[in-house]
Order: sequence, then C-alpha cells, then structure tokens
Amino acid sequence: MSENVNSDQDNASSVISINQLNKWYGDFHVLKDINLQVAKGERIVICGPSGSGKSTLIRCINRLEEFQRGSLIVDGVEMIEDVKNIEAIRREVGMVFQHFNLFPHLSILDNLTLGPIWVQKKPKAEAEATAMRYLERVKIPDQANKFPGQLSGGQQQRVAIARSLCINPKIMLFDEPTSALDPEMIKEVLDVMVELAEEGMTMLCVTHEMGFAKKVADRVIFMDAGEIVEQNTPKEFFDNPQVDRTQKFLEQILAH
Amino acid sequence: MFYRKTTEQIKAATRPSSVGAKAFYNNPKYRGWIYQALLLIFLLAFFFGIISNTLDNMAAQGIKSGFRFLETSVGFDVLMSLIPFDTTDTYARIFLVGFLNTVLVSLIGIFFATILGFIFGIAYFSQNWLIKKISIVYVETFRNIPVILQVLFWYSAVLATLPSAKDSLQIGDSIFLNIRGLYLPKLIDESGSSIVYISIVLAIIAVFVLRHWAKKRQALTGQQFPLLKASLGILFGLPLLALLVTGVPFHFDYPVLKGFNFTGGTNIIPELISLSIALSVYTGAFIAEAVRAGDQSVPKGQTEAARSIGLKEGRIMSLIIVPQSMRVIAPMLNSEYQSLVKNSTVATAIGYPELFTVFAGSALNQVGQAIEMMFMTLAVYFVLNMLISCIMNLFNRSVAITSR
Repeated sequence: MSENVNSDQDNASSVISINQLNKWYGDFHVLKDINLQVAKGERIVICGPSGSGKSTLIRCINRLEEFQRGSLIVDGVEMIEDVKNIEAIRREVGMVFQHFNLFPHLSILDNLTLGPIWVQKKPKAEAEATAMRYLERVKIPDQANKFPGQLSGGQQQRVAIARSLCINPKIMLFDEPTSALDPEMIKEVLDVMVELAEEGMTMLCVTHEMGFAKKVADRVIFMDAGEIVEQNTPKEFFDNPQVDRTQKFLEQILAH
Repeated sequence: MFYRKTTEQIKAATRPSSVGAKAFYNNPKYRGWIYQALLLIFLLAFFFGIISNTLDNMAAQGIKSGFRFLETSVGFDVLMSLIPFDTTDTYARIFLVGFLNTVLVSLIGIFFATILGFIFGIAYFSQNWLIKKISIVYVETFRNIPVILQVLFWYSAVLATLPSAKDSLQIGDSIFLNIRGLYLPKLIDESGSSIVYISIVLAIIAVFVLRHWAKKRQALTGQQFPLLKASLGILFGLPLLALLVTGVPFHFDYPVLKGFNFTGGTNIIPELISLSIALSVYTGAFIAEAVRAGDQSVPKGQTEAARSIGLKEGRIMSLIIVPQSMRVIAPMLNSEYQSLVKNSTVATAIGYPELFTVFAGSALNQVGQAIEMMFMTLAVYFVLNMLISCIMNLFNRSVAITSR
C-alpha cells in the first residue's frame, strides 16, 4: 500500500491499536486482517461501499461486535472476553448511531444523565448540570424536558451526540450519523461534529459526507470487501487515489 | 365509453337546488339526531316487549320472580368452601361460597400463570438451544389445546390415577398426595402470633422506606445501594427475628391417616388442584407469548446504545428493556387475566364449586329462577373483570411512554 501516512506510527502512542483483526459471520469473512493505529486526537473518516465492513469495524471497537482473531487495544486496555475489560473500554468510548437509538421512554435530560448516574455514579444534580452543558453545546437546551419522539431527526441525533459526550469519552465513534436524516438536517449535525473535531476529540467516523471528510479528517480510510484498501490524507485521497477500486468508488459518490 | 359533460352541464348539476329552500331534515346534523332518536325508540320498544313478554309468560307458568329465594335454605352441601357452610344455609350464602371459590382459583391461576408466562417468555430468548426449544414446545402445546380438555386431562388422567389414602405419595413426614387431593400441615396460631404478622407488615413498609431513601441518597451523592439484597434481607430477616423473639408462636396440625382417610391438616381437593394447574398452564402459554412480543418490540439498537454508554447487562434490562416491553405486555396481560377469570367456569366439567357451577348450575336447578340467577352470576364476572381492567389500566398508565 503506497503512502500509508501512519504506517510508521508507534503502537504505544496509539489510543486505538488494531492488529490482524479478523471477523466472520458464519462462513462470511467480514473483516480481513485489519491493521489500524489511531493516535490521540486523530480524526479518521472511513468510507466504502455498503457491505464493506466499515460499520462492523468500528462496532468491534466498543464490542458491539465480537471478532474471532487478532487483537484490539483501546486506551491501553486489551479487548478480551472479560466483562471488566469490556466495561472499562465502553466507559472510554462514545458511540453515535445511524438511527440515533435514543431511549423513547425517558426524557431528553434522563437520556443524558442515565450514563453519568448509573455508570459513573454521579449525584443527580451534578449529572443534570453536565447534561445541560452538553445540550447547550449541541444548541438544544430548551428541549431538555421533552421526549425523543417529539424532536426532529436532526435534534435527536444532536441529543445522541450529547448523550455520548456525557460519559466523558476519550474516543467517539460515529456510525453513519447523517444517513437517516433529511437533507436540511444534515448540516446541523455535521456542525456539531466539526466543532467536536476542532476541540481535539479522537474520532472515527463512518460517513459518506465527503465535505466533512475534507474539512476535518486527518486521514481517510477506504474499505472494500472487508479490507482496508487505501488510506491517506483527505487531499491526497480525493485528488490522487492510488487504487482502482477507490477511484471507482469516488467517481460514483462524487458524480452528483 | 365516457362522454364529456360541458362546463355548463357540470355547473347546472352542482348548483344547489333553489326549490323548497332547505329542508331541515337535509341538514346532516339534524339528520344524525333524527336517526339516533329513531334507534333509541326502537331499542326501548324492543326491550320493553321482551321483558313484559317474559314476565307474562312466567306468571302464566307459575314461575316465581324476585329475590326472595335468596333467604331460603339450600338443602345440599358443597365440595369445598372458604367460609363455614352446611345444607341449612341460604342461597345467598352459597352465592358467596361460589364467589369466593371463583376468586380463589382466579388468584391462584393469575399468580402461577404470570410466573410461568414470564419464565417461558424470557426462556425463548435463551442462547441455550434446549431451553429455547422447551419454551417453544410449551407455548405451542398448551396454547393449542382447549382449556376444558386440559382440565379434564389433569383431573381424570393425572390426579385420578393417584394412589388411595393408604398408599399416599409422601413428601417428608407431613405432606401427602393421594386420590383425595393434597394434604398439608395446617398452621395454628398461638398467643403472640400477631407480633409475627405485624413484623411482616412492618418489613414491607420498611422496604418501601428503604427504596425511597436509596433513591434520594443516589440523587444526592451518586452512591448506589444494593436494594434487592437489602430488601430480601428485611423481608425474610424481620419476620424471622420476630419468630425467634416470640419463641415461634405457632404449631402445626399434621394430617394423620385414620382408617381409610386423613384427619387434621388442610386438604386441597383434586378439583381445585387440576383446575388451578390447567388455568395456570393454559394462560401461562399466552402470557409467554405476550412477554416474547414485548421483548421483541424493543429494537436491538436500544441495547446497543445502552451498552455504548457503559451500562451493565442487568441495568440495561431493568432501565431500558423492561420499561419499554412492559408497555406492550401490560395490555395483553389485562386480557389474559380476564380470560382466566372467565375460563374458570370450565370447573363445571369436574365439579369444582365455583360460582358458575354451584350457583348458575346446582342452585339454579333447584330454584329455577333463571333470569335473576343468571344476571347475578354474569354480574359477578362482569364486575370482577372490570376490576381487573381498572387495576391493569393503572399499571398500564404507569408504564406508558409519555411522548408524541
């Protein structure tokens, strides 16, 4: 692979270190020998055709998916079959989903304080103060006492981002955060993500928002058929793709 | 073929008729009232006709009407009664006996059906192949067989094959199972027993107080309290302490074999056992389906989101899954409980003396006042089920999602 910008990076300084990771669904080989080092504060955009394994890869990082072979170290904790390790990793990793996955039976404020109260064992007042602070950051403090069903998609996704931030994660994973949104709501979510990136959050983002990739990504990764095909700085990636498959993908995605 | 109307023709056709101004009966609002009034008159005439006709017929045949029969003596005995009863007691009394027996079997049925339903409903989601299959087989078997057959099965095919009193199946020294039913030791109060009962009530109150305190403390300091363990400790510990302090103010009256039968203890008749088993198992299968549907109604993304913020599996269950699935389960539980109460009338097939069998059956045969007795009986089922509805609606409201 040519111009692998981070190939020389030291594993020890990585906040996420993925080595020779393999995953199968039955006979289907979803992830093939994935190697990925993510430095602290690095912003990575992962793209690729559907079914390429990009969502599965980031879902492995907080063990929403198991993998069968290889190793995964998150913030110095190795992902093994151990409840304590899994819990420790999940405390450091926030995740935003395509379909928001807010808890519909809880108010927005309760959605946000659930983690701080039950995981971090914070007093209610403190958890609520933190929650309000994050709601202000995503610009919807006035919705605190509503329920998820009363909010628009864009608002729900911003709440979901705030909910993840409330557990004070070191790493944020975004799994196609704007794919389920109406076009006019994509911007409000991307704005929040850009702001977050500018504050130095380590981010892994599966998205097809190439504008976002150009603007904030340190590195763009292209996946196809369970492999990392190409990775590069956004400028190089878009202006000068090295591999055929990348070129084809970019042609299709940038065609309109 | 269509033919096209000219604009003039369309205008003419849609123009409101100017002749005869507007008749009031063409106003949709008045028209609705007129129809309703006509329907009401028809219904009143219909029921008046039926009732007066019936009363005339009854008078002609010399059938008594009214509720005076309630004060006369019954003249027959019942198999089982929760209150003292003998043949000289009145029809009012046997109505109460039947009512209490219906309530008893309904409560037993609801209790065990709920437990069975939740166990098998949750078992469906087990990773263990065998447990999952057992759950499926249970639901499919008992849901698909008429409940009256199931009652007869337990009564005639299972309990009727038990040995006679002399060869009773024995659990320990004091529990016996034979063709006459189940014999259990009976708890007899001694002086000071009320202290133990009070301690049970106190323990329940203490658990509520503790819950309130734990919630408040968590809100203030964030510290969590092992509420379940502490509650169980109090619920068992306090009465146990009371028992020890008062020197166990109880003794048991043990069933003892005398001749061909047992004396002493408590006897649970086979009719009650088989009806309880059949109703619990049958309704349990439906509740298992409701629980399964409730669990499946919560999208997988909910669990994933809860995991991603670091919640433990137990907390995900209690904070995310159960509250959401209950809103699906609660309305279904309501109708299953109501079905169970209504289905308890199949007791008539084996002679368990609940309300339908004993009042609308035996008593009606003797008195013959079908209208009064049938209305009394159906009013009881109606009221019981309304009561269940009210309770379940309160429960339903407490689990409903407050949005949209």
